[in-house]
Amino acid sequence: MSRIAARFAALKSEGRGALIPYLQAFDPDAETSLALLRGMPAAGADLIEIGVPFSDPAADGPTIQAAALRGLAAGATLRKVLEMVRRFREEDRDTPVILMGYLNPIDSYGPRRFCADAAAAGVDGLIVVDMPPEESDLLAADAAANGLDVIRLVAPNTSDARLREILPEARGFIYYVAITGITGTRSASADELAAAIPRIRAASDLPVAIGFGIRTPEQAAHASRTADAAVVASALIHTLAGTLDNGRATKDTVPAVLHQLRDLATAVRK
Amino acid sequence: MPASDPQTQPNSLRAGPDWRGRFGTFGGQFVAETLIPLVKDLETAYEAARNDPSFHETLAYYFRDYVGRPSPLWFAERLTQELGGAKIYLKREELNHTGSHKLNNVMGQILLARRMGKTRIVAETGAGQHGVATATVCALFGLKCVIYMGATDVERQKPNVFRMHLLGAEVKPVTAGAGTLKDAMNEAMRDWVANVADTYFLVGTVAGPHPYPRMVRDFQSIIGEETREQILEAEGRLPDYIVAAIGGGSNAMGIFHPFLDEPSVKLIGVEAAGLGLESGKTAASISRGRSGVLHGNRTYLLQDGNGQIEEAHSISAGLDYPGIGPEHSWLHEIGRATYVGATDQEALDAFQLLTRTEGIIPALECAHGLAHVMTLAPKLPQDRIIVLNLSGRGDKDIFTVAQHLGVTL
Repeated sequence: MSRIAARFAALKSEGRGALIPYLQAFDPDAETSLALLRGMPAAGADLIEIGVPFSDPAADGPTIQAAALRGLAAGATLRKVLEMVRRFREEDRDTPVILMGYLNPIDSYGPRRFCADAAAAGVDGLIVVDMPPEESDLLAADAAANGLDVIRLVAPNTSDARLREILPEARGFIYYVAITGITGTRSASADELAAAIPRIRAASDLPVAIGFGIRTPEQAAHASRTADAAVVASALIHTLAGTLDNGRATKDTVPAVLHQLRDLATAVRK
Repeated sequence: MPASDPQTQPNSLRAGPDWRGRFGTFGGQFVAETLIPLVKDLETAYEAARNDPSFHETLAYYFRDYVGRPSPLWFAERLTQELGGAKIYLKREELNHTGSHKLNNVMGQILLARRMGKTRIVAETGAGQHGVATATVCALFGLKCVIYMGATDVERQKPNVFRMHLLGAEVKPVTAGAGTLKDAMNEAMRDWVANVADTYFLVGTVAGPHPYPRMVRDFQSIIGEETREQILEAEGRLPDYIVAAIGGGSNAMGIFHPFLDEPSVKLIGVEAAGLGLESGKTAASISRGRSGVLHGNRTYLLQDGNGQIEEAHSISAGLDYPGIGPEHSWLHEIGRATYVGATDQEALDAFQLLTRTEGIIPALECAHGLAHVMTLAPKLPQDRIIVLNLSGRGDKDIFTVAQHLGVTL
């Protein structure tokens, strides 16, 4: 069983949903980012999403855009992000890691070599924002051959017909983008989520994670119960950004983010 | 569409894109899931429109009475004498309403947006020509208009920013990245994804997710169709060369496309070489880039070894884009069109030459095309014919040119 499937199965028997925090690799520097990654499981992360910095993050709002720029300024490359995952895996063999990013760095690295290297580093899943199912043949075979789950995204305006079309080939879990919009802006209402999740369930048996607009412990708890997991990204990065001094990490950076993560985890586990 | 629709003819270079929106390996629909229903709706709506004779009649009416088409094909006699070689014709797209070829595409897409019931238009702009054209048709039809423009470009294209304001558009400066066209494109896509219900994204060039490259090309192909008729009337034969400047590549695609199946007509796209093709400061995606994925399509991109997109550089804000339309990438790979570069300085020299020999002040964008004509024409015998697409007028550029000539206005 893959680490992603094992983790969701274990949580199901615990009777709760997952908390999936997000960090942008190398934000604001390699060392801080690795320390944050290493601290996340103990602070309550059930799975972890690592953003791969890209120069043109067209689906992201200002918070993650700024994080990507800090990561790039700190020298982030796809190869170095994989190295970061490898170092994390030295200490943690169980927490699933999902890389989230845009296609061009992967395309430039070479899809075949990337999938092999990512699996070897300990990556479990890939979310490629600008690679819809129509274009996923670029990665699908190599990802499958290496045991990597290509996570499919679903949006509020994805029709039932399309859900039935694209979800049978989904792997790992389904990522529900809760709003039509970019990261870190609006939040979906409880009613909207309550209407959306059954539509996805009707088309897939995989776990469903809700992302985009989940900022507070209450929202995280609600989302993890309405679906199977809650992704929190911009809210954590906002906290990280608030601890920086002229763009540099301070002694508060890692503790502040992990403290917020603990609060989110407490709410999800209640 | 006319009966000679190349989509139905075998072995035509004009048949692309395929069902996946690809020209060879280029193009496609590389967008977030939230945008998939929108690009598919657009595909369906455009397909219906292009098969509807009344859509073409309406477009023809606006082309004639509002845009001012057909644009003349002018024999540039003094320029020809000055260069002492091939005969040079200028396709006068700068005489269109709003001063460039941009209005051809905008007119077509705004009619489509109205058919689709959209009430709010967003667009990206570099030099401001596409922004002005979009603001113009939004004024004409009473639609809400939001233009994203890089903060750097807002600064260097002030007259166009003011024009857009006068036309009732909201101009949103984009400070992300280097504040140029690429960043404006990102921001326009973010707006579109956040306003899926009422908003139409009016892409200004032959790039972006399918069906934009094809649709924009179709609307711009009026340039090449007219050129064909006009040169046959003037010379009784097709030209030997067609030259056009390339940023995203819409004016070039528009004049190239009707000639793709005419092997005797050589097609030359001129990219902005900026400070020189070897300088690292260029906007020459084909000469200096490689295949990658950005803004919804696979195409040649300026990028570093890690797949991060690089900032383009050109004296001309309209060419300052690190990508190029996917059909050009394909034409380059199959060798049907040739892509060369012209530097900032060569464009400035060409700008002045045309102004003094023909009394036509060209946009700095098409001055790049002219710069190549200046090296090409003298090498050719006098019975050869070159057509240059003069895609825009240069009034907007006089401040930039003055600055480079050391003149304070």
